[in-house]
Amino acid sequence: MTSNIQLLSGSGVANLGDLTHSRRRFMSRTGGLSAVAVALLAGKDALAQGMQADMSKDVGILNVALGLEHEAINAYQLGAGSGLLQKPVLDIAVQFQGHHKSHRDALIATIQKMGGTPVMEKKLDEYAKALKADTLKNQADVLDLAARLELGATNAYLGVIPAFGSKDLAKVAARLAADETMHYTILTNALGRPLPAGALSFGA
Amino acid sequence: MKPGLAFLLGLAAISCAYCVPVMAQSAEQGRALYESRCGACHSVDANRVGPAHQGVVGRKAGSAPGFEYSKALAGSQLVWTREKLLAWLAGPENVIPGQAMNYSLGDATERDDVVAYLATLTAKAARP
Repeated sequence: MTSNIQLLSGSGVANLGDLTHSRRRFMSRTGGLSAVAVALLAGKDALAQGMQADMSKDVGILNVALGLEHEAINAYQLGAGSGLLQKPVLDIAVQFQGHHKSHRDALIATIQKMGGTPVMEKKLDEYAKALKADTLKNQADVLDLAARLELGATNAYLGVIPAFGSKDLAKVAARLAADETMHYTILTNALGRPLPAGALSFGA
Repeated sequence: MKPGLAFLLGLAAISCAYCVPVMAQSAEQGRALYESRCGACHSVDANRVGPAHQGVVGRKAGSAPGFEYSKALAGSQLVWTREKLLAWLAGPENVIPGQAMNYSLGDATERDDVVAYLATLTAKAARP
Protein backbone atom coordinates (compact mmCIF):
# COMPACT_ATOMS: atom_id res chain seq x y z
CA MET A 1 0.00 0.00 0.00
CA THR A 2 1.46 3.36 -0.91
CA SER A 3 1.19 6.67 0.84
CA ASN A 4 -1.11 7.87 -1.90
CA ILE A 5 -4.06 5.73 -0.87
CA GLN A 6 -7.22 6.45 -2.77
CA LEU A 7 -10.43 6.50 -0.81
CA LEU A 8 -13.80 5.82 -2.32
CA SER A 9 -16.26 8.54 -1.55
CA GLY A 10 -19.77 9.43 -2.50
CA SER A 11 -18.58 11.68 -5.27
CA GLY A 12 -15.93 9.37 -6.58
CA VAL A 13 -12.40 9.12 -5.26
CA ALA A 14 -10.78 11.22 -2.56
CA ASN A 15 -7.20 11.30 -1.37
CA LEU A 16 -6.26 10.73 2.23
CA GLY A 17 -4.25 13.93 2.15
CA ASP A 18 -7.38 15.86 1.17
CA LEU A 19 -9.20 14.16 3.99
CA THR A 20 -6.54 15.19 6.46
CA HIS A 21 -6.82 18.75 5.28
CA SER A 22 -10.60 18.81 5.56
CA ARG A 23 -10.41 17.33 9.04
CA ARG A 24 -7.95 20.00 10.08
CA ARG A 25 -10.37 22.63 8.88
CA PHE A 26 -13.16 20.91 10.80
CA MET A 27 -11.08 20.75 13.95
CA SER A 28 -10.08 24.38 13.64
CA ARG A 29 -13.72 25.37 13.32
CA THR A 30 -14.82 23.33 16.33
CA GLY A 31 -11.88 24.17 18.52
CA GLY A 32 -10.91 20.51 18.88
CA LEU A 33 -12.90 17.44 19.71
CA SER A 34 -11.39 17.07 23.14
CA ALA A 35 -12.95 20.23 24.47
CA VAL A 36 -16.24 19.36 22.84
CA ALA A 37 -16.28 15.86 24.21
CA VAL A 38 -15.27 16.86 27.68
CA ALA A 39 -17.95 19.52 27.76
CA LEU A 40 -20.39 16.95 26.46
CA LEU A 41 -19.67 14.46 29.17
CA ALA A 42 -18.17 16.25 32.11
CA GLY A 43 -19.62 19.70 31.91
CA LYS A 44 -23.16 18.72 32.67
CA ASP A 45 -23.82 18.82 36.36
CA ALA A 46 -27.31 17.60 35.62
CA LEU A 47 -25.82 14.41 34.33
CA ALA A 48 -25.04 13.26 37.83
CA GLN A 49 -28.48 14.08 39.11
CA GLY A 50 -31.58 11.95 39.20
CA MET A 51 -29.99 8.62 38.46
CA GLN A 52 -28.82 7.36 41.83
CA ALA A 53 -30.35 3.93 41.39
CA ASP A 54 -28.59 3.28 38.13
CA MET A 55 -25.42 5.22 38.80
CA SER A 56 -23.30 2.26 39.83
CA LYS A 57 -24.36 0.28 36.80
CA ASP A 58 -23.76 3.24 34.52
CA VAL A 59 -20.30 3.75 35.99
CA GLY A 60 -19.59 0.10 35.28
CA ILE A 61 -20.60 0.50 31.65
CA LEU A 62 -18.50 3.66 31.33
CA ASN A 63 -15.51 1.83 32.77
CA VAL A 64 -15.86 -0.92 30.17
CA ALA A 65 -15.97 1.83 27.55
CA LEU A 66 -12.87 3.37 29.10
CA GLY A 67 -11.13 0.01 28.81
CA LEU A 68 -11.97 0.00 25.11
CA GLU A 69 -10.59 3.50 24.68
CA HIS A 70 -7.36 2.61 26.52
CA GLU A 71 -6.92 -0.33 24.17
CA ALA A 72 -7.69 1.72 21.06
CA ILE A 73 -5.16 4.40 22.04
CA ASN A 74 -2.50 1.77 22.55
CA ALA A 75 -3.42 -0.08 19.35
CA TYR A 76 -2.87 3.11 17.36
CA GLN A 77 0.32 3.71 19.31
CA LEU A 78 1.55 0.27 18.31
CA GLY A 79 0.63 1.00 14.70
CA ALA A 80 2.22 4.43 14.68
CA GLY A 81 5.35 3.15 16.35
CA SER A 82 5.68 0.11 14.13
CA GLY A 83 7.23 1.98 11.25
CA LEU A 84 4.71 0.25 8.98
CA LEU A 85 2.44 3.25 8.43
CA GLN A 86 3.31 5.74 5.73
CA LYS A 87 2.13 9.31 5.44
CA PRO A 88 -0.67 10.35 5.12
CA VAL A 89 -2.06 7.15 6.63
CA LEU A 90 0.13 7.75 9.66
CA ASP A 91 -1.39 11.21 10.11
CA ILE A 92 -4.90 9.77 10.02
CA ALA A 93 -3.97 7.08 12.54
CA VAL A 94 -2.56 9.70 14.90
CA GLN A 95 -5.69 11.79 14.43
CA PHE A 96 -7.93 8.83 15.23
CA GLN A 97 -5.78 8.13 18.27
CA GLY A 98 -6.42 11.72 19.30
CA HIS A 99 -10.15 11.11 19.09
CA HIS A 100 -9.79 8.12 21.36
CA LYS A 101 -7.74 10.16 23.81
CA SER A 102 -10.56 12.70 23.88
CA HIS A 103 -13.04 9.89 24.54
CA ARG A 104 -10.78 8.59 27.32
CA ASP A 105 -10.45 11.98 28.99
CA ALA A 106 -14.19 12.57 28.81
CA LEU A 107 -15.00 9.14 30.20
CA ILE A 108 -12.52 9.53 33.08
CA ALA A 109 -13.97 12.92 33.96
CA THR A 110 -17.51 11.54 33.89
CA ILE A 111 -16.70 8.45 35.94
CA GLN A 112 -15.00 10.60 38.56
CA LYS A 113 -17.88 13.05 38.55
CA MET A 114 -20.21 10.16 39.26
CA GLY A 115 -18.05 9.00 42.18
CA GLY A 116 -16.49 6.05 40.41
CA THR A 117 -12.89 4.97 39.97
CA PRO A 118 -11.68 4.95 36.38
CA VAL A 119 -10.10 1.71 35.22
CA MET A 120 -6.36 2.07 34.76
CA GLU A 121 -4.51 1.85 31.50
CA LYS A 122 -2.28 -1.21 31.10
CA LYS A 123 1.29 -1.18 29.85
CA LEU A 124 1.85 -0.95 26.11
CA ASP A 125 3.51 -4.38 26.12
CA GLU A 126 0.38 -5.97 27.53
CA TYR A 127 -1.74 -4.51 24.74
CA ALA A 128 0.87 -5.61 22.21
CA LYS A 129 0.68 -9.17 23.45
CA ALA A 130 -3.11 -9.30 23.62
CA LEU A 131 -3.47 -7.79 20.14
CA LYS A 132 -0.68 -9.92 18.70
CA ALA A 133 1.20 -6.90 17.47
CA ASP A 134 4.13 -9.10 16.51
CA THR A 135 2.03 -10.49 13.66
CA LEU A 136 1.68 -7.07 11.99
CA LYS A 137 3.92 -7.15 8.93
CA ASN A 138 2.76 -4.27 6.76
CA GLN A 139 0.47 -1.26 6.62
CA ALA A 140 -2.56 -3.30 5.59
CA ASP A 141 -2.15 -5.52 8.66
CA VAL A 142 -2.19 -2.46 10.91
CA LEU A 143 -5.23 -1.01 9.18
CA ASP A 144 -7.01 -4.37 9.38
CA LEU A 145 -6.45 -4.55 13.13
CA ALA A 146 -7.62 -0.98 13.55
CA ALA A 147 -10.70 -1.61 11.42
CA ARG A 148 -11.63 -4.71 13.43
CA LEU A 149 -11.26 -2.83 16.70
CA GLU A 150 -13.26 0.16 15.43
CA LEU A 151 -16.07 -2.07 14.17
CA GLY A 152 -16.14 -3.89 17.48
CA ALA A 153 -16.22 -0.62 19.37
CA THR A 154 -19.05 0.67 17.20
CA ASN A 155 -21.12 -2.40 17.95
CA ALA A 156 -20.17 -2.36 21.61
CA TYR A 157 -21.28 1.24 22.10
CA LEU A 158 -24.51 0.65 20.22
CA GLY A 159 -25.10 -2.55 22.15
CA VAL A 160 -24.88 -1.00 25.60
CA ILE A 161 -27.18 1.93 24.88
CA PRO A 162 -30.28 0.14 26.22
CA ALA A 163 -28.44 -0.76 29.42
CA PHE A 164 -27.81 2.82 30.53
CA GLY A 165 -30.05 4.18 33.24
CA SER A 166 -29.30 7.72 32.10
CA LYS A 167 -30.62 8.83 28.74
CA ASP A 168 -27.87 11.45 28.62
CA LEU A 169 -25.24 8.74 28.86
CA ALA A 170 -27.07 6.62 26.30
CA LYS A 171 -26.86 9.56 23.92
CA VAL A 172 -23.15 9.90 24.66
CA ALA A 173 -22.68 6.22 23.81
CA ALA A 174 -24.42 6.85 20.49
CA ARG A 175 -22.11 9.77 19.77
CA LEU A 176 -19.06 7.70 20.63
CA ALA A 177 -20.39 4.99 18.30
CA ALA A 178 -20.67 7.59 15.55
CA ASP A 179 -16.98 8.45 15.93
CA GLU A 180 -16.01 4.78 15.82
CA THR A 181 -18.16 4.25 12.75
CA MET A 182 -16.40 7.13 11.03
CA HIS A 183 -13.04 5.56 11.84
CA TYR A 184 -14.18 2.14 10.63
CA THR A 185 -15.51 3.54 7.38
CA ILE A 186 -12.30 5.41 6.58
CA LEU A 187 -10.16 2.41 7.43
CA THR A 188 -12.36 0.11 5.35
CA ASN A 189 -11.98 2.40 2.37
CA ALA A 190 -8.25 2.67 2.89
CA LEU A 191 -8.08 -1.10 2.76
CA GLY A 192 -10.01 -1.07 -0.53
CA ARG A 193 -12.85 -3.06 0.95
CA PRO A 194 -16.50 -2.56 0.01
CA LEU A 195 -18.83 -0.68 2.27
CA PRO A 196 -21.56 -2.71 3.99
CA ALA A 197 -23.98 -3.91 1.33
CA GLY A 198 -27.13 -3.41 3.37
CA ALA A 199 -28.57 -0.84 5.70
CA LEU A 200 -28.58 -1.26 9.48
CA SER A 201 -25.41 -3.34 9.45
CA PHE A 202 -24.14 -1.90 12.73
CA GLY A 203 -25.39 -2.80 16.17
CA ALA A 204 -28.38 -5.12 16.63
CA MET B 1 -36.53 -54.96 11.63
CA LYS B 2 -40.03 -53.62 11.73
CA PRO B 3 -40.89 -51.22 8.89
CA GLY B 4 -41.81 -48.46 11.33
CA LEU B 5 -38.51 -48.72 13.20
CA ALA B 6 -36.54 -48.81 9.97
CA PHE B 7 -38.34 -45.67 8.85
CA LEU B 8 -37.50 -43.87 12.10
CA LEU B 9 -33.85 -44.93 11.97
CA GLY B 10 -33.64 -43.76 8.38
CA LEU B 11 -35.19 -40.46 9.32
CA ALA B 12 -32.72 -40.06 12.17
CA ALA B 13 -29.81 -40.78 9.84
CA ILE B 14 -31.03 -38.19 7.36
CA SER B 15 -31.51 -35.68 10.16
CA CYS B 16 -27.99 -36.23 11.47
CA ALA B 17 -26.50 -35.92 8.02
CA TYR B 18 -28.32 -32.62 7.63
CA CYS B 19 -27.51 -31.51 11.14
CA VAL B 20 -23.72 -31.56 10.92
CA PRO B 21 -23.34 -29.11 8.05
CA VAL B 22 -26.02 -26.85 9.53
CA MET B 23 -24.15 -26.75 12.83
CA ALA B 24 -20.89 -26.05 11.01
CA GLN B 25 -22.54 -23.26 9.06
CA SER B 26 -23.96 -21.82 12.28
CA ALA B 27 -20.52 -21.89 13.89
CA GLU B 28 -18.99 -20.21 10.86
CA GLN B 29 -21.61 -17.47 10.96
CA GLY B 30 -21.01 -17.27 14.69
CA ARG B 31 -17.29 -16.74 14.10
CA ALA B 32 -18.03 -13.70 11.93
CA LEU B 33 -20.52 -12.39 14.47
CA TYR B 34 -18.03 -12.96 17.26
CA GLU B 35 -15.47 -10.89 15.39
CA SER B 36 -17.81 -7.95 14.80
CA ARG B 37 -19.98 -8.02 17.92
CA CYS B 38 -17.73 -9.44 20.62
CA GLY B 39 -14.32 -8.56 19.22
CA ALA B 40 -14.15 -5.11 20.76
CA CYS B 41 -13.65 -6.67 24.18
CA HIS B 42 -12.92 -10.36 23.67
CA SER B 43 -10.39 -12.58 21.97
CA VAL B 44 -10.23 -16.34 21.86
CA ASP B 45 -6.88 -16.69 23.56
CA ALA B 46 -6.12 -13.35 25.24
CA ASN B 47 -7.68 -11.48 28.14
CA ARG B 48 -8.55 -7.98 27.00
CA VAL B 49 -11.41 -5.79 28.24
CA GLY B 50 -13.23 -9.10 28.64
CA PRO B 51 -11.85 -12.57 29.38
CA ALA B 52 -10.45 -15.00 26.80
CA HIS B 53 -12.99 -17.47 25.44
CA GLN B 54 -10.89 -20.52 24.69
CA GLY B 55 -12.68 -23.43 26.35
CA VAL B 56 -15.48 -21.30 27.72
CA VAL B 57 -18.16 -23.98 27.30
CA GLY B 58 -17.92 -26.15 30.39
CA ARG B 59 -15.87 -23.60 32.29
CA LYS B 60 -16.94 -22.17 35.62
CA ALA B 61 -17.98 -18.54 35.35
CA GLY B 62 -15.34 -16.07 36.48
CA SER B 63 -12.47 -18.52 36.14
CA ALA B 64 -10.48 -17.50 33.04
CA PRO B 65 -6.88 -17.45 34.30
CA GLY B 66 -5.44 -13.99 34.82
CA PHE B 67 -8.62 -12.03 34.22
CA GLU B 68 -9.89 -9.61 36.87
CA TYR B 69 -13.63 -10.21 37.10
CA SER B 70 -16.42 -8.23 38.67
CA LYS B 71 -17.40 -9.38 42.14
CA ALA B 72 -20.58 -10.83 40.70
CA LEU B 73 -18.77 -13.07 38.23
CA ALA B 74 -15.97 -13.97 40.59
CA GLY B 75 -18.48 -15.13 43.18
CA SER B 76 -20.73 -17.02 40.81
CA GLN B 77 -20.96 -20.80 40.91
CA LEU B 78 -22.45 -20.97 37.43
CA VAL B 79 -20.90 -23.24 34.82
CA TRP B 80 -21.08 -22.10 31.20
CA THR B 81 -23.26 -24.56 29.34
CA ARG B 82 -24.67 -23.74 25.91
CA GLU B 83 -28.00 -22.94 27.50
CA LYS B 84 -26.44 -20.61 30.08
CA LEU B 85 -24.44 -18.85 27.39
CA LEU B 86 -27.58 -18.34 25.29
CA ALA B 87 -29.33 -16.85 28.31
CA TRP B 88 -26.26 -14.70 29.10
CA LEU B 89 -26.14 -13.28 25.60
CA ALA B 90 -29.87 -12.54 25.74
CA GLY B 91 -29.56 -10.60 28.99
CA PRO B 92 -26.46 -10.93 31.16
CA GLU B 93 -27.98 -9.08 34.09
CA ASN B 94 -30.76 -11.67 34.27
CA VAL B 95 -28.22 -14.47 34.59
CA ILE B 96 -25.69 -12.93 36.97
CA PRO B 97 -26.92 -9.68 38.53
CA GLY B 98 -24.15 -7.15 39.00
CA GLN B 99 -22.14 -8.37 36.01
CA ALA B 100 -20.09 -5.85 34.08
CA MET B 101 -20.73 -6.80 30.44
CA ASN B 102 -24.14 -5.22 29.93
CA TYR B 103 -24.07 -6.13 26.24
CA SER B 104 -26.66 -8.40 24.71
CA LEU B 105 -27.51 -9.86 21.33
CA GLY B 106 -31.15 -9.27 20.51
CA ASP B 107 -31.48 -11.79 17.72
CA ALA B 108 -31.99 -15.42 18.82
CA THR B 109 -30.43 -16.82 15.65
CA GLU B 110 -27.34 -14.70 16.20
CA ARG B 111 -27.11 -15.95 19.78
CA ASP B 112 -27.36 -19.54 18.51
CA ASP B 113 -24.61 -18.89 15.99
CA VAL B 114 -22.26 -17.23 18.47
CA VAL B 115 -22.73 -20.01 21.02
CA ALA B 116 -22.21 -22.62 18.27
CA TYR B 117 -18.91 -20.90 17.55
CA LEU B 118 -17.94 -20.66 21.22
CA ALA B 119 -18.57 -24.39 21.51
CA THR B 120 -15.86 -25.01 18.91
CA LEU B 121 -13.28 -23.23 21.05
CA THR B 122 -12.04 -26.26 22.88
CA ALA B 123 -8.63 -26.16 24.51
CA LYS B 124 -6.86 -27.34 21.33
CA ALA B 125 -8.99 -25.46 18.81
CA ALA B 126 -7.26 -23.05 16.49
CA ARG B 127 -8.06 -19.41 16.92
CA PRO B 128 -9.87 -17.58 14.06
